[in-house]
Parts: sequence; structure tokens; C-alpha cells
Amino acid sequence: MARLETWTSKLRRTNAKSDFQPANVSPDRRKQRRFTIRLWVVRNARFFEWFYEKFANLFLFLHPLWKAVGYHRAEKPVTFVERHVKGLLFNCRMCGQCALSSTGMSCPMNCPKQLRNGPCGGVRANGNCEVEPDMPCVWVQAWNGASKMAHGQEKIMDVQKPVNQSLRETSSWLRVTAEAAQAKESVKS
Amino acid sequence: MSISDINPLDAGAPLDPLPGHSSRGRLERVLRRGEFAITSELNPPDSADPNEVYERAAIFEGWVDGINAVDASGANCHMSSVAICALLTRMGYAPILQIACRDKNRIAIQGDILGASAMGVQNILCLTGDGVQAGDQPGAKPVFDLDCMSLLETARTMRDEERFLSGRKITYPPNVFLGAAINPFAPPHDFRPLRLKKKIEAGAQFVQSQYCYDVPMFREYMKRVVDMGLNEKCYIMAGVGPLASAKTARWMRSNVPGVHIPDHIITRLEGAEKQKAEGKRLCIEIMQEIKEIEGVSGIHVMAYRQEEFVAEIVHDSGVLKGRQPWKREAVSDAALVAERMEELVDEQKQIPAEMAENAASNT
Repeated sequence: MARLETWTSKLRRTNAKSDFQPANVSPDRRKQRRFTIRLWVVRNARFFEWFYEKFANLFLFLHPLWKAVGYHRAEKPVTFVERHVKGLLFNCRMCGQCALSSTGMSCPMNCPKQLRNGPCGGVRANGNCEVEPDMPCVWVQAWNGASKMAHGQEKIMDVQKPVNQSLRETSSWLRVTAEAAQAKESVKS
Repeated sequence: MSISDINPLDAGAPLDPLPGHSSRGRLERVLRRGEFAITSELNPPDSADPNEVYERAAIFEGWVDGINAVDASGANCHMSSVAICALLTRMGYAPILQIACRDKNRIAIQGDILGASAMGVQNILCLTGDGVQAGDQPGAKPVFDLDCMSLLETARTMRDEERFLSGRKITYPPNVFLGAAINPFAPPHDFRPLRLKKKIEAGAQFVQSQYCYDVPMFREYMKRVVDMGLNEKCYIMAGVGPLASAKTARWMRSNVPGVHIPDHIITRLEGAEKQKAEGKRLCIEIMQEIKEIEGVSGIHVMAYRQEEFVAEIVHDSGVLKGRQPWKREAVSDAALVAERMEELVDEQKQIPAEMAENAASNT
């Protein structure tokens, strides 16, 4: 009986014969910008920590405004701004649950394994990534950043919960603000 | 039951290979002999106690030819299907391992196929799986690396070509009987028979359908399937199940993906005095209608949380025509084992962590 052609036999037959071979990096990297800005942010982690705190307070201060406008109506424009600002600065992946203050201002979702609690054991001797030999390890950067920050080294010790994938592509800013406002109210009452 | 369906040396060991058979299991033998096969579904425990699996399997004994071990059905977390199958094969049951593509990528799935086969699993049902939003942990990452079709092809490649997807050689292939699922009740209706054809080409040797409550629609589907000659290339098993009440039926219709229940069924249940009994009667009637449809090779009874009724439903519908599926033989040391089991139940539970604590505090 003649064997039916399967995926494997197809792969073996067709692989590596065409002229076009994509660049030999992981799909993650293909989507990424160059990491110059991301590294610059980590070098200035102290400033961004300060700025982020002020910024979060501003957002919280504006809570009545968000409520008046309606969080659901604010969602679209805020998410748009957040995506592009954080995308430029941190190579943000819009996981929707920002942990930058606990990760030395180095976005952990840029790690090919998406580790959120520290570096894996595969970091190269030169501090580059195991998966992407020419990319500096996200967590080596995170540790550098955390050492520069006021509370970075305490906060890097927080155990991060598993990512809630259903929150992807949502605004972390609005969620944190709404939660902070709720916490403030419950303290008052 | 044919006497050849039992391994005389060990009930849990595979049967002798037969020419033309892909597996060494009972389900394939029953189907290939042309007997009307019955399978059912085991409600997986939320527990690490193997006895819970054994208890839940024991109620099917002598009534079914295969027991589906569901893989986190509805995206709810339970004991893994591979583990359930491994436990069941020890006792001599014929489990059908369900693999859903939602939770595992191709590396894990190929490993599971090899491992399951090594544990004596003879049947594998390849599914795409419900989305994670349907379950109790909607924040989980949906994997869906393969889909049911590519999973079938993967398993078939491993079995027939003795290779992984990468092309790397497997020294001893997983000799399994490959199954898939069909849903004749979901749109696009005219594409459904073609999708079955595609699944057969990908490697499906038997299929189990979604709950069938709309017999005319199923008959229509089967007519096209028979016209295409698909029932000769693949054993088609219709899925049925008793509805506990009209309320459950409504809930299922709106919450379980892919379930189609016509209004007249719900009206009938509502009109009945004892809804549960009526649901059972309805299930039996549907089974009797289905077994007369050309091209149907068996029935898959999904009696979620009503597993104790499976025996009764199968008996009353008469679909087995007097045949008795495999049942564990009482062996001479069974009484001894039973006695020991009784003792174990009465014995104080030994929890290692507590015992260590006690020992530490005593010194």
C-alpha cells in the first residue's frame, strides 16, 4: 500500500529549497523594535520610577473624570495612547498587567520565555539571552534597573502571579487606577 | 463478548495483534467485527486518589466497550486524561484517551501519545478542545498549537511512519486506534460531511458525535455521509445523553459550546411529571432510532453526573442485542484484595507531613 503523504514527509521534501529564508531570529524578535530605547529607559530607571509614581497619582487624581466620562468610554483612547507610549519606551506587549515597577523598568514580556519572576538559568556569560544570542537578557537589565531605583530591589522580590491572559490588550493604567480608587474609598468608609 | 477479547495472562495487557488492526485493543475488535459498540465517558475526579477513578469506572463494567477519559473538558481542570487512562489500563478497562489541543503544544502531545501507548492505551480521540473562556480558569493561556486535524495527522505519522513531526525516528511506534469528534448539528451544515471526510483523510478511524437530540437532522447528515461512502472508511458513533431536566437542557443549550437541543425536546421535558425519568426515556428512544440509521456503528453515551444510569439506558434500549461487553472476572485473590480495601478505609489516614511534624515534636 502506498503511504499517504503526511506533514513530516512534506516538510522533509519541501524544506530549505526556496530562495527566501527569513532572518534567523525568533518570531518575538521580528515584531520587536530595536532595543536601544528600552536599554536607555533601564539606565534611567530611577527617573522613570519617579515619573511613573507622579503619573499614577495624576491618573488617580483624575478618577472622578474617568468616572464622569465612563471608564468604558475612556478605554479605547487611553489604550491607544498607552500602547504607543509604552510600546516606544518599553517595547510593551500589552499584557494588561504592568509589572514594570517590580522589574526594574525592563518589560518582562520581552523575555522569549515571558518570565516575570527573574532570569532563567540559561543567561549567557556576556549577559545576553539564551534564545536570542544578540539580545541583552531582559532580567539582567531588570536587575541593573532595579539597583538604580529607590524601591526597585524590594519590589523585584514580589512574586508575580501568573499572567491573566484574558486581560491582554487592555489598559493597565485604567485598571490600576480604578483599583487604587476603590482601595482608597474602602479605607475611607 | 468474544473470548478472544481477553488476554488470559493479564487483563491489563494488550491483546494479540490481528492483521489489518492498528491497535491491540478491544474497541477496535468490536467495531471491526461489525458489532454495535457502546462507549461512555468517565467524569474525571478532582482528586489524587486512584480509587475515585476505579469507582467511577466500575459502574460501566459489562456495559461499554470503551471509556472516554476526558481531557479537561469544558476547560475545567481535573485529573489528567493520560493518568486516568494509565490507571484504567491497569485494571483491564479499554480507555479512550482524549487529547485536546488547548493545553499542550506539539512537543507535549507527541510525548503524551508515546507515554499513553506505553501504558497500554489503545484508543486516542483527537480534539481541538473548548476555548479557555468556557472553563474555571479563563486567565489561562490558550495553546492550540495543533488543531484536531493536524493532531490526527501527527498521531498517524507517529504510528504509520514511525517518526515524530520533526522526522526523527521512533523506535517502537504507538499502535493506537485513532478517533475524532464530529458535530453534525452545527453550521455550516453542508460542510460537515466534508469535514468528516477531511478527518478521515487525516487519520480518523472512528468518530464520536456531539449530543444528538435532533434525530432528523442526524439522519440527514448520515444520508450524505453514506452517499459519500464515508461510513465504510470510518466507524461512526452517535453521541447521546440523558437530560436531567428542562432547566439543564436550557442551560446546556446556552452554555455548552456546540450543543443543539430542539425546542420540542425541552417542551416534552417540561410537560413531564418526573423530568429525570422522562429524560432517560427520551435518551433511550433516541438510541433506538439511531441504531436503525444506516452507517451508524455505535453509540457514545455521555451521561455527565448521571453515570449510574448508563447501564440502565444501555440495557433498556437493547442496542447491545444481548451481547455483553468486557467485565472483570472475579479472580481468586479478589476477595483478599477487597478485604484489604475495607481495612484501608477504616485505617487512619497517614499524612507524611503530619507524621514528620509529630515525630519532630516528640523528640
